[in-house]
Amino acid sequence: MRRAASSTLRARAPWQVLDSFGRAVNASCRYAAPRTVDELAATVARAHDEGIRVAFRGAGRSYGDASLNAGGLILDLQGLRKVHSWDPAAGVFECEPGVTIEGLWRRTIEDGYWPHVVPGTMRPTLGGCLAMNVHGKNNYRAGPFGEHVQEIDLLTPRGEVLTCSPAQNADVFHGAIGGLGMLGAITRVKLKMKKVECGNLRVDARVGRNLDEMFERFEELIPHSDYCVGWVDCFAQGSGLGRGQIHAANYLHGDEDPDPEGSLHVERQGLPPRILGFPRSRIWQVMQFFVNDLGVSMVNLAKYWASYFGDGDSYVQSHVAFAFLLDYVPDWRLAYGPGGFVQYQVFIPKETAKATLREILALGHRNGFPSYLGVLKRHRPDAFVLSHAVDGWSLAMDYKVTDGTRAALWKHFAELTQVVLGAGGRFYFAKDAVLTAEDALRAYGTERFERFAALKRRLDPDFALRSDLADRVLGPAFAR
Amino acid sequence: MSVSFTKAIVVGASSGIGEAMAKQLAATGATVAVLGRRGDELARVCAGNDKLKPYVHDVEATDEVPALFDKIVADLGGLDVLVYAAGVMPKIAEGEYDFEKDRLMMAVNVVGAMAWMNPAAARFEAARGGTIVGISSIAGERGRRANPAYTTSKAALSAYLEALRNRCSRYGVNVVTVKPGFVDTAMTKGMKGLLWLIPADEAARQALALARRGSGASAFVPARWALVAWVVRTIPSWLFRRTNV
Repeated sequence: MRRAASSTLRARAPWQVLDSFGRAVNASCRYAAPRTVDELAATVARAHDEGIRVAFRGAGRSYGDASLNAGGLILDLQGLRKVHSWDPAAGVFECEPGVTIEGLWRRTIEDGYWPHVVPGTMRPTLGGCLAMNVHGKNNYRAGPFGEHVQEIDLLTPRGEVLTCSPAQNADVFHGAIGGLGMLGAITRVKLKMKKVECGNLRVDARVGRNLDEMFERFEELIPHSDYCVGWVDCFAQGSGLGRGQIHAANYLHGDEDPDPEGSLHVERQGLPPRILGFPRSRIWQVMQFFVNDLGVSMVNLAKYWASYFGDGDSYVQSHVAFAFLLDYVPDWRLAYGPGGFVQYQVFIPKETAKATLREILALGHRNGFPSYLGVLKRHRPDAFVLSHAVDGWSLAMDYKVTDGTRAALWKHFAELTQVVLGAGGRFYFAKDAVLTAEDALRAYGTERFERFAALKRRLDPDFALRSDLADRVLGPAFAR
Repeated sequence: MSVSFTKAIVVGASSGIGEAMAKQLAATGATVAVLGRRGDELARVCAGNDKLKPYVHDVEATDEVPALFDKIVADLGGLDVLVYAAGVMPKIAEGEYDFEKDRLMMAVNVVGAMAWMNPAAARFEAARGGTIVGISSIAGERGRRANPAYTTSKAALSAYLEALRNRCSRYGVNVVTVKPGFVDTAMTKGMKGLLWLIPADEAARQALALARRGSGASAFVPARWALVAWVVRTIPSWLFRRTNV
């Protein structure tokens, strides 16, 4: 649409009410969607001149307020989706930040390449994956997304473009990846892909009758599994506390797949069009009747017993079908109703993980807030400044939010947070909607925050880049 | 449910219904940003009342709105009600076709309202609460030969407010359409024999009562105009064009 060229950005940028992926938080923001890197640079410069705070947004898949900027300007970078190059010989993909995980694997799978790290959904942009330094079900082995990045270009609010890699501007590289978009906009990424021999994985399912058994089985599977993820029935109590199911998966070698080339075809990497007889796009409407304490406890019970009797099952699944569980049901977030939901993911060092997770699950029952979903994963540390990973375990939990439960639920989160902090744990900003700056500082430590703040002062001395998340959790680090 | 207001913006408050609403909001404890084109008039309205904060603004200068809106919200420390009471109705003589007058009515009565209500609606939707009050008119119920642009502007404003209410009410935003009949203000000065003429203070009181209901009301002020509106809307076009309404 044509807008008056003479007027200021402040006067002409339209308002847009944006929600978080979890829908429990939202903000009215000024909004612009640049189509080119030059337009992005010009818009950032103009916002800087006019004193408007800027935050970047990709596909809006962060569960909390990472891509919200109340009263400020949101720059939606989904339009920057040019693929610069794809070199199948070297397995190196170079593109703009608006390319999604889906856009990435679709271009590389038929050449026998899959991303080293993917989140549970293929919808996020690579820019978003970098800003949050996402992890997958193989974090204990492959590390976070950023470990497979060879190079990025970072556009700072002052208009500089810094090329960063583990060797060049390494401090900025390790700060900007996982830096919540607060040091600049990543305008180009060069990514190393993983060679795969076919389009399938061998998946093994195991049951864990309680948290002890979940941990034991996980530990057994991890040394010889490329991926490992656990589902936890957070409604189970007593001797079944922490029970669930583990899926471990391994890349199939070419000789193990009857049709290794055929299985790499994009068409073979699909999700089922119907689930339990319902079209995928309608499932969330059915789900909404079950997204309550009674419904979830029944579904979990059925799922657990199916897991119990399916213990030891082994089957072949495509990369897409195994990796992107969250994409099976489009718009599933709507099933939580108008109040949305909060995902709360805790990372606990291995020494205290089992006892702490047991305490967290028990606290859920005591406070009347058992999580509707529990996802257990194993992690290892990495070299990024705002890294959420510890040498330990994570449990991701989903909580439905309603007007009536909101206050009590936030109180529950505050209690959980104290348990996590007491165990030396951390949180994941891509999921977070509830932490205070004080909690975040305790979780990450002064040294990390200081390092990040020093980069911030160097690259963005006027603090032009602000988001609701950064203001909330980096408060003291953001103090000039 | 009765809504109470503590931080208010009244656009078009240098006289008439806007002035009365600003003063009544202040009297019930609200801090009110009082906006008008004429600084001297604003000074008069705000004199001796520290709850009333003057901001000189011409609603035709829509480019100024986003920055001024931000400033006022920051000054007030938030916002829970926006009242748009700015309106003009220049006299149109029989046989007169003056685009400049028509443009002015659309700019002040409609476009200015959109410029102010947009940032307020976005803010209130995100906050899941807030009230927007638009002073429309019974004149918008039908296209009247006496003043085509005025009736068009009020019909547009009423439709816009209804649409905004339909858009935002699910997020807890209370959008209120006030449709006064004849009110004793500068706009009606010199007109003779006006039916059911009420003072601006009374129109303001009824408008705020509607807003405080919190139910997204759309109503005539005073309510008996609803009957007139029904009759006016019901008259067939071939008959309506023969009247001088």
